[in-house]
Amino acid sequence: MLLEHLPILQIVVPLMAAPLCILLRRRERSWAFALVLSWVVFAMSVVMLQRVLTEGTIIYSLGGWPAPWGIEYRVDAVNAFVVFLVSLIGAIVLLYAPRSIFAELPDLRANLFFTAYLLCLTGMLGMAMTGDVFNLFVFLEISSLSSYTLIAMGTDRRALMASYQYLVMGTVGATFYVIGVGLLYMMTGTLNMVDLAVRLQPVLMTNTVLAAFAFLAVGIGMKLALFPLHLWLPNAYAHAPSMVTAFLAATATKVSVYVFVRFFYGIFGAGYTFDQLGLDRFLVPLGLAGIFVASLVAVFQSNVKRMLAYSSIAQVGYMMVGVGLVSVTGLTATLVHLFNHAVMKSALFLAIGCVVLRLGSCELEDLRGIGKRMPVTMAAFVAGGLSLIGVPLTVGFISKWYLVLAALERGWWPVAVLILFGSLIAVAYVWRVVEIAYFHEPTGKTAQATEAPLSMLIPVWILTGATFTFGINSTFTVDIARRGAEILMAGLAP
Amino acid sequence: MTPQIAIVLSLLLPVVACPIIALVGTRPNVRDTVSFIAGLLTFGTVLTLLPYVQSGVYPELSLFDVLPGVSLAFKVEPLGMLFGLVASGLWIVTGLYGVGYMRGHHEVDQTRFFFFFAFAITAALGVAFAGNLLTLFIFYEVLTLSTYPLVTHARTPEALRGGRIYLGILLSTSVAFLLLAVLWTYFAAGTLDFTPGGILAGKVDTPALYVLLGLFAFGTGKAALMPFHRWLPAAMVAPTPVSALLHAVAVVKAGVFTVLKVLIYIFGIDLLHDTGASVWLMYVAGGTVLIASLVAMTKDNLKARLAYSTVSQLAYIVLGAALATPLAVIGGGMHIVMHAFGKITLFFCAGAINVALHKTEISDMRGIGRQMPLTMFAFIIGALSVIGVPPMGGSWSKWYLALGAVDSGQLVFVGVLMVSSLLNIAYLMPIPIRAFFSKPAPSRQDHHDGAHDGLTEAPLLMVGALLLTALGCLVLFFCAGPVYRLLEPIAR
Repeated sequence: MLLEHLPILQIVVPLMAAPLCILLRRRERSWAFALVLSWVVFAMSVVMLQRVLTEGTIIYSLGGWPAPWGIEYRVDAVNAFVVFLVSLIGAIVLLYAPRSIFAELPDLRANLFFTAYLLCLTGMLGMAMTGDVFNLFVFLEISSLSSYTLIAMGTDRRALMASYQYLVMGTVGATFYVIGVGLLYMMTGTLNMVDLAVRLQPVLMTNTVLAAFAFLAVGIGMKLALFPLHLWLPNAYAHAPSMVTAFLAATATKVSVYVFVRFFYGIFGAGYTFDQLGLDRFLVPLGLAGIFVASLVAVFQSNVKRMLAYSSIAQVGYMMVGVGLVSVTGLTATLVHLFNHAVMKSALFLAIGCVVLRLGSCELEDLRGIGKRMPVTMAAFVAGGLSLIGVPLTVGFISKWYLVLAALERGWWPVAVLILFGSLIAVAYVWRVVEIAYFHEPTGKTAQATEAPLSMLIPVWILTGATFTFGINSTFTVDIARRGAEILMAGLAP
Repeated sequence: MTPQIAIVLSLLLPVVACPIIALVGTRPNVRDTVSFIAGLLTFGTVLTLLPYVQSGVYPELSLFDVLPGVSLAFKVEPLGMLFGLVASGLWIVTGLYGVGYMRGHHEVDQTRFFFFFAFAITAALGVAFAGNLLTLFIFYEVLTLSTYPLVTHARTPEALRGGRIYLGILLSTSVAFLLLAVLWTYFAAGTLDFTPGGILAGKVDTPALYVLLGLFAFGTGKAALMPFHRWLPAAMVAPTPVSALLHAVAVVKAGVFTVLKVLIYIFGIDLLHDTGASVWLMYVAGGTVLIASLVAMTKDNLKARLAYSTVSQLAYIVLGAALATPLAVIGGGMHIVMHAFGKITLFFCAGAINVALHKTEISDMRGIGRQMPLTMFAFIIGALSVIGVPPMGGSWSKWYLALGAVDSGQLVFVGVLMVSSLLNIAYLMPIPIRAFFSKPAPSRQDHHDGAHDGLTEAPLLMVGALLLTALGCLVLFFCAGPVYRLLEPIAR
């Protein structure tokens, strides 16, 4: 009985919990409440993923109203995987929260913070789950508004500016999205994704649909930080509280990438998007440009969080190259990299959060000799860095493998070569940290630094462990990604 | 013990030793004993595999899928058996030597040193026993990364620079070329398993074979083929035991081993022979042999000279692979062993001279034969083996390489081998000659150990180790038969 309503519970539970969280004034209580909730959400996502993998697509009609009149939640291997990923990171990051967030923000109103956090989680889960394009917009706004709040809580006033910047860009993106949806509604009279996919077929070549296509591509591209629409991201990640950065870096852009593929493979269909309109001719060059430009910019950052933020833009580039290769292998690479990058990047941001806790800074200059003082933290950082480079036995290698393979399958040799060369730039920025951390004697603040508390190290190492586990044996993630890729290639229209 | 268990054990033993080494790090004697016992056990385990391989049964083990369809798999075939024996056997000797060196040289952070040393051995054995290209690539990269802390052990600005070149060249070549080649192979052949006779015949057309071979040959940066050899001299900032075992044996041999293995089991020597795809590689290897020897002559720093000598000797093995005739391939395989013993002896001597007399430059080594007769005697044996003079093991591998060159009709490479031997004499022999026959340089200052003429040998463990490997060079001359017979099946 309850199991039947799992798709809606996945959303409603955190949504209802958010306002309740305000009532818990004591910060430990509000944290404990959010923690329990997030693990419940995670447990539900595991069950749902399990069910989707064994039984196939789950369709749930809200309030019993069948689609296309009512809102429909449609969970297949693609979004069950994304929901699983978001709630996994959401749950692990909260384990880390108390020591980090209370130390970074001593006079934080924790109940409001965790309310915003639960809303953000709800928004992202909803975006992934829903089968209705307007409902998706609602969740997009929920997650966006709450993430502006979360970012604005950062330690210094630059966070406000970063949040404002994100708000402006994010709103432009969301507006473009809703304009695109409006145009589609104008032509088809429906908002249901499957229904849209069917009804769009006869009118695909009209100017209105073309305009909708363009608005959606730019709007979603902005949310997922597709180069050159990424300008909001570095500041937002650099100035947000550490745990918020880890959470958003692992989830926000990933959900948007999901929305992107859902629209352009699912609703518009690969034939229209790529064969007729040739979106791949834009995506692959933009993805590659993102890889190179953002990686090179990352090399010259003096702040480690900012450096990792630029690296995130480059990693989005890899995902979009996979999208642009238009094959099952390419989409497998994208989907598996969604997961892989989320795991490694959140591990890295959490590790650097440990350093921030002890040093109050993550400027590269201040990290001299930190490898000696915080060996466990920095070992995790190095492991995550190796995964960014794509060293074998880490998840980064798996992503790279499928991406290059997809480029070879398509016969795009230069792309294959560029992907590999691009990954080498990661060596440069990761090794700058390694050299500072290990080749200097601790001085100044680092001399007194001690290892981070266990409650922070455990989440860091859970994620680092996952980086290796799914890198050594990738059957689990790659199988799901491949199933998802096949579903996406087939499109939503029957 | 089944051979499958032996494979797993030999890979696990060194890694299991790592945390133990770290835990007992505060008690040096216990730590070094653990390291030594791990070495003995590993070698013993590897040795149990030998009878199977000799009888033509190649133990196989497939653990799990790294990627769906490509598993982490091991297969012990003759070449890997040989490399595994050399790496794990010389680890024991180097372990002993390393204890003497690290203490005699008062090195810091010895625990970290022995930790990563053990780790590197697992990686080397993983390369040796790899059953497919992916497994080989994985351990190849692990070997690069686990030796980085060893190369930069001193943590000085020089070590940092050396480390950058080391990691920079090895990682970029492997990611940009080798990984691409592996993926291309997988895309073209649909499998990555090492298969006798190769897997590429009929899958890749001839012009593309040239490119693919180039990606493999230059992508295997550890084989130090010019122009990607700079990392090897740069790695000489490492403590001498590292240079000895890793940069004369494990790491560099992992490189040439990869080249041999790819050419034999991925391309297949028949395919190479029929298409002539590897002819250009012969010239690159031949060029590397000669140029590196010439560069070696200009180096006054003993370790730098040995490093360039290694570059040149590695190219012999690549040359053997590129000649792609049965005898040349066997000669290349034998050279892995022969050069390992010769060069490790020379490096051990260099380290011993450094510890006992604090000398690193060849021009300062006049007359040291009186102070370190045993060391310099071993140096002569090692040098003769590297040059390829009977009765040293090195003569055999060169003999087979030359025969292989004749076989394939590439007579010019017989000439290259001969000229190279002469060059070897020119850069190696002056060192012991000066040590024994020149008068000691008038000491510039009253250095606490450089001034007097008395016997100043290095610590016993070091001298013992270098005498042992020198003896190995001699023994290998008389025991080349079993090595040849072990390798024979690879050329079929």
